[in-house]
Amino acid sequence: MSDVILGDGECECCGHTNDGVEVGAAAATCAAAPDCDGSPAGCGCDSAGVSVRERVAAGSELGRAAAAMAPTSEVVLETRGVNVYYGDNHALHDTSLAFHKGEITALIGPSGCGKSTFLRSLNLMNREIRGCRVEGEILYDGRNINTREENLYELRRSIGMVFQQPNPFHKTIYENIVFAPKRHGLRGKDNLDALVEESLRGAALWDEVKDKLHQSAFSLSGGQQQRLCIARTLAMHPDVILFDEPCSALDPISTLAIEDLMQNVVRDRAIVIVTHNMEQASRVSNRTAFFYMGDMVEYGETDQIFQRPRDKRLNDYLTGMFS
Amino acid sequence: MANTRQASRQAAAACAAGEGAQASASASGLRVNTAHVVRAQRMDRLATGVLTAIAVFVMLIVVSMVGYILVEGASTLFSPGFLTEPSRSNGTAGGVAYQLFDSFYLLVITLLISVPVSLGAAVFLTEYAPEGPVTRIASTAIETLSSLPSIVVGMFGFLVFSVNFGWKYSIISGAVALTMFNIPILVRVIQQALEDVPQHQRDACLAMGLTRWEATVHVLIPSAMPAIVTGVVLSAGRVFGEAAALLFTSGMSSPVRLNFLSLDFSSPTCAWNIFRPGESLAVHIYKIYGEGSPAAQHIVWGTAALLMVCVLLFNIASRVAGKALAKRMTAE
Repeated sequence: MSDVILGDGECECCGHTNDGVEVGAAAATCAAAPDCDGSPAGCGCDSAGVSVRERVAAGSELGRAAAAMAPTSEVVLETRGVNVYYGDNHALHDTSLAFHKGEITALIGPSGCGKSTFLRSLNLMNREIRGCRVEGEILYDGRNINTREENLYELRRSIGMVFQQPNPFHKTIYENIVFAPKRHGLRGKDNLDALVEESLRGAALWDEVKDKLHQSAFSLSGGQQQRLCIARTLAMHPDVILFDEPCSALDPISTLAIEDLMQNVVRDRAIVIVTHNMEQASRVSNRTAFFYMGDMVEYGETDQIFQRPRDKRLNDYLTGMFS
Repeated sequence: MANTRQASRQAAAACAAGEGAQASASASGLRVNTAHVVRAQRMDRLATGVLTAIAVFVMLIVVSMVGYILVEGASTLFSPGFLTEPSRSNGTAGGVAYQLFDSFYLLVITLLISVPVSLGAAVFLTEYAPEGPVTRIASTAIETLSSLPSIVVGMFGFLVFSVNFGWKYSIISGAVALTMFNIPILVRVIQQALEDVPQHQRDACLAMGLTRWEATVHVLIPSAMPAIVTGVVLSAGRVFGEAAALLFTSGMSSPVRLNFLSLDFSSPTCAWNIFRPGESLAVHIYKIYGEGSPAAQHIVWGTAALLMVCVLLFNIASRVAGKALAKRMTAE
């Protein structure tokens, strides 16, 4: 790796621009890595455009932790140059991000910045919206899923989603969980019972509802309903779970319960969460991406994003200049 | 400056608009025009009065109509045999048992045809239909159909089903004509019921990899069921009281003797034979009233009262069924 310190530069393989505000060794570092596979993890450049080595040199405790983590964690889902249009409105520009197994990635930014649009592109839910077009590559399981041939019904079993409003079905708690697996072909009462228990335990709801599995899901509180929705998603054994502001309709205690269970759930999968709550993003996530006006402005380790933001817009956002 | 603020505060207090108005008035330095506030409040009281009067007036019309018909018809309606005996002497004596049966039979067959068709059309239009000329034309066609005069539907039914199809005056001709009359309303109602199911229910299904069809059958239709049932029962009330569409299709006479035990579906006296003529209560009223026999007047009132009671029962049933279903679904 080169020690030459350059000015502004762009990582050639992962496409991340360094603003040049700080030391911009990224371009040189990336270009110098001969066996770069094009992913941010592969080029030794963390995705914010600053080489990991440089951070370690800066003596950052966090940087060292990140350096230890970044190369080992496996990329589950990745986007390359994703653009989203609603009719003529270009809502999201050229976004490239990678989501790692065992990590929670938070997407933050002001309302209308494109973060939810981006999230809904990841499981191609945007296809359900009339006039919405998603361009670019979304790589999952070694293939680009953003194609007409992709089987959405298979895909969405692997990439689950939890919505802002708790949206259980008008069914019993038990039925809420087994409904989709049954449609996907799971049979046998023992299997289903086991799945219900496993999923509810995973969502930290089992002890509260084990005696009333056959009551309506609407007899639960809002926070419990949201955990039921998470359990329902877990029952599909997804590799990725997308959370679209999952706690914005909940009280603080329910919010903490959900944040806790996310830490457990994330172990063998990747989690992407859109949140308006800065504290939540800093509490739960490993990495954070900041969106502004349809651009993915800055991406990095959560601690770096919150403590040493590079982009002025991110700094303004964090300090409450706008929201 | 202090004076202005004082004045505006006084004005706000005078207009008795409460704490909020006072605060905002003094905060923004807004001058409140007291006369305007007084005018607005007077207008509000006036509107309340007028609207209440209109509501009372409408209620009075309904109550007086229902009351009058019930009073006129009650003695016949509750006379022994009116509901259980067939009519005699060309409708001037006896009861309306067959007409009552035919009305319900027509209704059941109509619903058997129109509910599945309407459900399919409504599901297509709300969940599947791509935006485009075909969908717009289909929607417009359904709306146009709902405003067709029922006598025209009856004429059409007569020409097509009774004459061309050779079904003559029959229950099935009548039921098909009623179906055409009923479908647009049902489609509208079911479409509305499906649209009222929150979008997040669809999203939840799709996000778990289910198809639109699975979402529709297992989640959306069950969620919309209370509203659908309410709509179907209400439309049944309309169908039940329909006369014009039936005049030329199911005919103006019931067979003299109906055999409810016969299962020979081709026999003209078998009650369940859909190719026999049948006469609904509304058509019965039209016929015997039109014949002008003074002896039949009490039968007319009795039938009218019966018809009205049935329609009221449909309305009550629709509410009860809708509420019960909704309750079962949300807090079983």
